[in-house]
Amino acid sequence: MIIKLNLGAVKRTRWQEYLTRFVLGGLITAMTGWLAGRYGPVLGGLFLAFPAIFPASATLLEKHERAKKRDAGIASTIRGRLAAALDARGAVMGAIGGMAFAALAWKLLPHVTLTATLALALAAWFAVSSMLWYVRKHHTRLHPPRR
Amino acid sequence: MAQLIVRFLVGGAIVSAFALLADLLHPKGFAGLFAAAPSVALATLTLTVAAEGPRYAAIEARSMIAGEVAFIAYAVGCTYCLGVRHTRSMPTAVLLLALWGAVALGLYTAVLL
Repeated sequence: MIIKLNLGAVKRTRWQEYLTRFVLGGLITAMTGWLAGRYGPVLGGLFLAFPAIFPASATLLEKHERAKKRDAGIASTIRGRLAAALDARGAVMGAIGGMAFAALAWKLLPHVTLTATLALALAAWFAVSSMLWYVRKHHTRLHPPRR
Repeated sequence: MAQLIVRFLVGGAIVSAFALLADLLHPKGFAGLFAAAPSVALATLTLTVAAEGPRYAAIEARSMIAGEVAFIAYAVGCTYCLGVRHTRSMPTAVLLLALWGAVALGLYTAVLL
């Protein structure tokens, strides 16, 4: 399986959809800062892993897949929902990688520079989550199929 | 107030960048990794270290581990509802945020406090 960049996806997304995600991301980041200031960093820190853009992304994905099928002459399909489910399954692996990011940031921040900490934590997130994705993709069959 | 505006702008920009990357990537299962990218954390930790210092930010990062456990529960719930029950994306993804909140607050009360 080759990972590709599909530049055509940019054209399918309208500027209002980009704006929605900008506003959601901005709001949750501002809210995290406000919560940490008011109730302390222990509660505020939980929201560093809030699913800020997943609802918008899943909705867009379903809409775009439905539109593609409609353009191909297929009126009713659950393909969009299945695509959103695939996105959610990827998010499970991304969140497991997120735990590696958080653990490294927790341990390194007091001792190492911010830039180095975030670079290492981000690399750990990408390594863990993409490795899980690869294993899930290529080694899901633990037993040989029955004949 | 000025700090909240800066957080809004920086957070919005970083979250949008990761969302754009997720749009461009194919296959969708791989792009899904970016739906759980630590974009809010990158923005928040950077600004928190500048404002409050690294030890304060480290406490937030420790809590983030519990938040990610809640995210896993949320994403597993979404995978089941969308992939098996074929529910609509918008209400599913929004209503299941309550599951994220319940798991996160449960861990906060049981482990972090």
